[in-house]
Amino acid sequence: MGRTMAEKILSRAADAPDARAGDYVTARADRVMAHEAFTVCALQLRRLGIDRVFDPERVLVILDHYFPAPTEQMARGHVIARSLSEQFGLKHFLGHAGICHQVLTERGHVLPGQLVFGTDSHSTTYGAIGAAGTGIGLTEMTWVLATGELWLLVPPTVRFVLDGTLGDAVMSKDVVLWLAGRFGTEVAQYRAIEFAGPLAAGMSVASRMTMANMGVELGAKFAFFEADDVTLAYLRSRAPAASAGVEAFGPDEDAEYEAVHAVDVSGLEPQIACPHNPGNVRPVSEVAGTPVHQAFLGSCTNARLEDLEVAARILKGRRVHPATRLLVTPASQQVAVDAAREGVLETLLEAGAHVTASGCGACPGGHGGLIAGGEVCISSTNRNFRGRMGSADAEVYLGSPASVAAAAVAGKIVDPRELW
Amino acid sequence: MVSEAPHSVRGRVWKFGDNVDTDVMAPWNTISLPWEERRKSVLHVRPEFAEQAAPGDLIVAGRNWGCGSSREHAPENLKLLGIGGVVAESFGRIYFRNCVAIAFPNLACPGIAQACEEGDDLEFDVASGAVRNHTRGVELSGAAYTPDMLAILERGGLLEMLKERFSAA
Ligand code: SF4
Repeated sequence: MGRTMAEKILSRAADAPDARAGDYVTARADRVMAHEAFTVCALQLRRLGIDRVFDPERVLVILDHYFPAPTEQMARGHVIARSLSEQFGLKHFLGHAGICHQVLTERGHVLPGQLVFGTDSHSTTYGAIGAAGTGIGLTEMTWVLATGELWLLVPPTVRFVLDGTLGDAVMSKDVVLWLAGRFGTEVAQYRAIEFAGPLAAGMSVASRMTMANMGVELGAKFAFFEADDVTLAYLRSRAPAASAGVEAFGPDEDAEYEAVHAVDVSGLEPQIACPHNPGNVRPVSEVAGTPVHQAFLGSCTNARLEDLEVAARILKGRRVHPATRLLVTPASQQVAVDAAREGVLETLLEAGAHVTASGCGACPGGHGGLIAGGEVCISSTNRNFRGRMGSADAEVYLGSPASVAAAAVAGKIVDPRELW
Repeated sequence: MVSEAPHSVRGRVWKFGDNVDTDVMAPWNTISLPWEERRKSVLHVRPEFAEQAAPGDLIVAGRNWGCGSSREHAPENLKLLGIGGVVAESFGRIYFRNCVAIAFPNLACPGIAQACEEGDDLEFDVASGAVRNHTRGVELSGAAYTPDMLAILERGGLLEMLKERFSAA
């Protein structure tokens, strides 16, 4: 019997020749990512008298959640993180290059078939290039930094076979939101997802990252796409050295799935997740007209070059509505550079957008765009929980970059196809 | 071996609904504040909770309790308030792992939302999965911990295990 991507990766990482869904294994990490949480974990290690990590080559530290530091306390946190990274001899302190998942992927720090633990729930994003990424908390990260391993349940896999074509101004974000609405936010709880089918095969790595990212909003532990020619071309163009020798990676043809959902998205309307849950999804026509005070184009979900290009296409020759504000936070410094080179930033700025430094920014309600009680934000991010972006009396609607840009122009939620 | 965290806890129930996320257990802009300030916003969707929850109280919740972020402050906040444990229909998986790692008993028990009301006297045991509602005389059975999970709970959490492992080395 064949094996799923999760079974293949965990068999290898746990040195258990035939680990199957339902088995408990202790698996060794290929990569470990910690953002600002590294400080807490490293100090914990110190307190326990442990002064080294399991492998300084495999640990990546990046400062993204509180960058640029919004308070003196956070600035101090960054100083400590940097100094602890040095003291622990880490080979890859990535500073403030952008949002963790974007930076690790675009620089080839994570590769197909690897097992990655991150101090961030959206570590599922690495599934876009065929890696098993999953989020863990501070205590488990402290354990992993010291030992390099973690107990895991080999998850059963739910496979979505995606077919059909997306119309103009309809994006992979609309597909994943629609899945959350249609199948619920627990469809993959304690499970892995494999996104497959012709639609998935035709998607860019950027579009795949959006869906793998929101795999965790479907409950998933891992959210895979196959590593195919698209993946290999992406890695070779961005990280030729790191990706030399990397091969395609996918499930066996006769792998066994817990469920297979065949979905044809032809004719899909843009989708919006309404307050206060990512699963509370409606077609845009049902919420069109909702006034918007802030439009946020940012986060590891949807702030890559492709996303900024779509927004620029809608904003070109138009102006952000006077009753709203548009904040653009490129997912990484590299994305900002690419967008500047292509003239995308110029288009956005001319339309009245405010472009901020790369990082998490407003996404988790940290800094750089919090919203007040009574305000409404349409956001390209992944979560709209109550209070997520500021006041508990504010409302967040999630949509694609096209929907965010269109709402910024109209001052209210509109169907982005009207402005395409 | 001293059992730092008991398998079995009993207390008075606070009841919550479905999809209560880690952002409302620990809002991002509070997580680096000192505990006395941070405690006010724990589960702020019910402001009286943080004020009135007494040590030893339990939480009963619906589906997907603790969905969302990997922030460990969510279960840690509940533990610091003195909550004895949580029984829910189902859990967000990272939240659940974090609970095991910090030795905070949480039990998945389908049917609990129907079988329990606010204020009931509830007891549950993560080793056997048994749940008893003493107020209503109802018994249910939840998903018992695996031996590995129980071992972490018994030692008082992963950090304690780490200490043992490295002092032995
Ligand atoms: S951008 Fe938002 S979702 Fe992504 S890592 Fe940062 S806080 Fe988390």
